[in-house]
Amino acid sequence: MRVLFCGPKLAACGIVLSTWGVVMLGLLGIFFITHSAGLIEDIPLQREDLPNPPQRVYDLYNQVGYNCFIAAAIYVVLGALSCCQMRLNKKKEYLPSAAKTLTTK
Amino acid sequence: MTPFSSVTRRKMCIRESGSEYDCISELGELGLVEFRDLNPSVSSFQRRFVSEIKRCEEMERILGYLLREIHKARIAVPEEDESPLAPPPRQVLEIMEQLQRLEMELSEVAKNKEKLQRNLLELTEYTHMLKITQTFIHSRSRHEALGPQYEEFPTMETDSAGGCTGMQRLGAKLGFISGLIQRVKVEAFERMLWRVCKGYTILSYAEVDESLTDLDTGEIGKSVVFLISFWGDQIGQKVQKICDCYHCHLYPHPENDEERADVLDSLRTRIQDLNNVLHRTEDYLRQVLQKASESAFSWVVQVKKMKAIYHILNLCSFDVTNKCLIAEVWCPISDLAKLRGALEEGSRKGDATVPSFVNRIPCTDTPPTLLRSNKFTSGFQSIVEAYGVGDYREVSPAPYTIITFPFLFAVMFGDLGHGIVMSLFALWMVLTEKKQNKKRSNNEIWTTFFNGRYIILMMGLFSVYTGLIYNDCFSKSLNIFGSGWSIKAMFTNQQWTNKTLQNNALLTMDPNVSGVFNGPYPFGIDPIWNMAVNRLSFLNSYKMKMSVIVGVIHMSFGVVLSVFNHLHFKQKFNVYLLFLPELLFLLCLFGYLVFMIFYKWLAFSARESNRAPSILIHFINMFIMQGKDITPLYPGQTGLQIFLLLVAMLSVPVLLLGKPLYLYWLYRGGKGLRRRRGYERVRRASEDNSITPSYDDDEEEGFDEVSNREPLPKQFDFADVCLHQAIHTIEFCLGCISNTASYLRLWALSLAHAQLSEVLWAMVMRLGFKITTKVGVVFLVPVFGLFATLTVSILLVMEGLSAFLHALRLHWVEFQNKFYHGTGVKFVPFDFSLLPSVFEQEGLL
Repeated sequence: MRVLFCGPKLAACGIVLSTWGVVMLGLLGIFFITHSAGLIEDIPLQREDLPNPPQRVYDLYNQVGYNCFIAAAIYVVLGALSCCQMRLNKKKEYLPSAAKTLTTK
Repeated sequence: MTPFSSVTRRKMCIRESGSEYDCISELGELGLVEFRDLNPSVSSFQRRFVSEIKRCEEMERILGYLLREIHKARIAVPEEDESPLAPPPRQVLEIMEQLQRLEMELSEVAKNKEKLQRNLLELTEYTHMLKITQTFIHSRSRHEALGPQYEEFPTMETDSAGGCTGMQRLGAKLGFISGLIQRVKVEAFERMLWRVCKGYTILSYAEVDESLTDLDTGEIGKSVVFLISFWGDQIGQKVQKICDCYHCHLYPHPENDEERADVLDSLRTRIQDLNNVLHRTEDYLRQVLQKASESAFSWVVQVKKMKAIYHILNLCSFDVTNKCLIAEVWCPISDLAKLRGALEEGSRKGDATVPSFVNRIPCTDTPPTLLRSNKFTSGFQSIVEAYGVGDYREVSPAPYTIITFPFLFAVMFGDLGHGIVMSLFALWMVLTEKKQNKKRSNNEIWTTFFNGRYIILMMGLFSVYTGLIYNDCFSKSLNIFGSGWSIKAMFTNQQWTNKTLQNNALLTMDPNVSGVFNGPYPFGIDPIWNMAVNRLSFLNSYKMKMSVIVGVIHMSFGVVLSVFNHLHFKQKFNVYLLFLPELLFLLCLFGYLVFMIFYKWLAFSARESNRAPSILIHFINMFIMQGKDITPLYPGQTGLQIFLLLVAMLSVPVLLLGKPLYLYWLYRGGKGLRRRRGYERVRRASEDNSITPSYDDDEEEGFDEVSNREPLPKQFDFADVCLHQAIHTIEFCLGCISNTASYLRLWALSLAHAQLSEVLWAMVMRLGFKITTKVGVVFLVPVFGLFATLTVSILLVMEGLSAFLHALRLHWVEFQNKFYHGTGVKFVPFDFSLLPSVFEQEGLL
C-alpha cells in the first residue's frame, strides 16, 4: 500500500481504536459464546422465546458471539491498514528537509 | 521528601571582589540561591550596570532580527544539548561585533534584493503592456476608419503628458497613455474617465494572465493593461492626474511596430539578466543565513545568561571601602557546601586576588519555602501549591496527597474498563517522556496533561482497584469467583415454580431461604446485582455510608496533622486548647455516626433485616435527646449518647475561650513563668554572642532561630485574639457538619458515572448486537467506533475532569482547612534554566 491518505494523527487514532476494538470485541465474543448471564439484555431476544427450551437463547448467544468475532477480524484489518499508514508517515518524516524542498519544487 | 516540608533557610551575605561575574555565573548554573534586592529604592535606569544591560538588549534585538530572517528562509536552527556558559566580558565585545556585522550585511543584501525585485516587476509589467496593447492597436486598426492612417503620419512633438504621440487633425492631437492598474479599480477608473473627460477618451483594457505581486503591499493580484487614447492637451493632463490618483504604473507607448519589437527584445534580455542576478543574491543570502544559524542558538543562550547575570549584579550593593560587591541570598542549609564550592570555582575562573566568601547574617524575616520534589511528586506538589504555598516549615499535605487524591478520584470514577484505558494512556506518556520533553509542544492543554502524567497514572491504577470493588467494567459486572446467590435454590425449596416464572415479570429472591445466599462475594460487589432491578437502592445505601466513613477518616487525619504543626512551632498549648477539643468534637459526633454504621452492618443479618433501624433517625434523636419509644440499637445506647453529646458540647467553649484566655494569662506574665522567661532571655543573649562568622555552627539548627509563629508579643490585643478564635470555632464546628455532608459527592459522582456508562452501553453498543443478519454484522464495526469515541470524550475526559475537580475540592477545602495555612512565599532560585526565553515563546527557536 503505497498511497498515503491519512496524516500521522489519524493513523495513530486508527491504531488505538483498532487495538481496543480487537481486544474488547474478542473478549465480548468469548463471553457471548460462553452464554454469560450478564449479557442477557444484549441479545435480540423476543418475548415469545421463553427460556424453555433454552436452545433458542443459546443459538442467539452464539450468533451474536460470532458477529463479535467477525467485527474483531475487521478491526484487525483496519489496524494493519493504520500501521501501514503510520509507517509511511514515519518514512516521509525522516526525509531531510532539503530533499523535501527539492521534491516539492 | 520528608513530611515536614520546607528546608531551613539562612540568609547569607556573599562578598565578591573582582570575580563577581564568574561567581554569579556559577551560581546561576547550579540554581541554588535566591537573591534579594538590596537597592529597592533605585529605579532601573539608575542602577550600576545599566549600560551593560542596554548592550545585552541591543544584542537581543539583532538576534531577534536574525532569527526572523532565518525563520523566513525556512532554515532550521540546530539546537545543542548542552547550553553554553555565559561568556566572560572580553568575549562579549566579540559577539557584539559579529552580530552587528551580520546585521549590516543582512540588511544590505535585503535592500538590494528588494530593489532588484522592484526592477524586475517593472520590466515584467512593461512587457505585458506592450504585448497586450499590440492586440488593441491591431484590433482597432481593423475597425477604425482612420485606423491605418495614423501610422503613416509623422510624429509631431511629443507632449509633456508622458510619452504620447502627437497627431495633428483639426488641431487636436491624438495621445496615448498606457499602463497597468489593479483589477479591482478598473470599473471605477473607467467611470471616472468617462465623467471627467466627457467622451474625449477611449479606454481599452485587458487582463493580464499572470498574477503580479504588488511590491508595496505584498499582495498578489490581477492587473489590467489599459490603453487610453485621447484628443487634446488638457484632456491629456486630466487623464494623467486620474492615472496618478489610481496608482497606475505608466509606461511609454511605442509609436510603431518596429519600435515595439525592439523594446520587447531589449526587455527580454534585461529580464533574463535580472533573474540571474536575483538568483545569485538569494543564494548568497541563504548562505549567510545558514552560517549564522549554526551559532544562533548558542548566541541566544549566552546573551540571555549575560543579561540575567547583570540583572543580579544590579541587585547587589557596592561596598566602597572594601571595593567589593555584597549580595544577600536565601540559601538552603543543606546546600551550603555547594554554595561555597561554587564561589570558589567562580573566584578561580575570574582570577580574583581575594576569593569570595559567604557569611550568615541573622534576620527576622520569614524565609521563603522550599520543598524538594522529583518528577513523580512534583505533580502532586503543584496541585497543593495551587491552593497556597505552605508557610515556612509547615507540614505539607503533598506526600499524603499522592495516595489520598487518586483514591478519592477513583471512588468517584470507579470503572475497571475506563481505569485500564486511563492507565494505559498515562503509561504511554510516562514511557515516552524523554521524547516528549524534547518536543516541547506549544499546545497548552497537551502540556497540562503531560505534566500531570504521574497523577493520571495513579488515578488510573486506583480506578482499576475501585472498579474491581464496584464490579463495574463498561457498566457490566465480571463474575470472577462465582456469585454468592443461587436461583436454583429458590426452585428446590419450592418457593418458585415454572408457573410463577410465567405469571410474574419481577421476582424477589429471599436470602432467608436456605441455599439462596451462600455467603458474600470474596472481593467486591456480587455480580448478580448487575441484573437486579433494585440494584440502585442497594448500591446507594452502600455508597452513601462509605462516603461518610471516608470523609470522617479524611477529616480526622487532617486534624491530627495539625498536631505536628503545633509541636514544631513550639506551641504546645495549642495541642491541648485547639487540637484536643477539635478532635473530640469531630469524633464524638461524626465518629459515633461511623460507629453506628459499622454496628448496623455487623449486628443485623438477613433474618432481622425487616426490623433494622434507621441510623439517621437514631442520630437525630441523639441531638434532640428523645427516643425513649424506639428500640435501642444496643443496651446502654441512651447513656452513651448523652455522654458523647456532653463531651462535644463542652469542647466548644474550650475551643472558643481556651486559647485567648491562656494567651492573656501569658501576657500578664503568669505565675512561675516570669522566671522562665528571664532565663530564656539570658540564654538567647549568650547565643547571639557566639554568632560570629564561624562556619561550623551553620549546619546545626540551633535554638537561635526558634521560628515562633507568634513571638511573645509586645502588645496583646485580647479582643482581636478572641474574635479570631471565635471565627475559628464557628468555622470548625459548623464546618464539621457541612464538610461531612460534602463528602457525599463521592457517592453522587460515582452514581452519575455508573449511570452514564450504562446508558452509553444500552443506547449505543446494544444497537450493534441487535442486528443479526449476515450483512448487518458489519454494522457492529462503526457502532463500536462510536462507542469508543463517546466513552473517551464523555466518560473519560468529561467525567474524569469532573471527578478530578471534585477530589481536588475535597482536598483543598475539607481536608486542608483543618490544618494548612498556605500563606507562604515560594523559594525561586536564580537558575538559568528557569529563565524564560523570549524567542522560544515566539516560536522562532
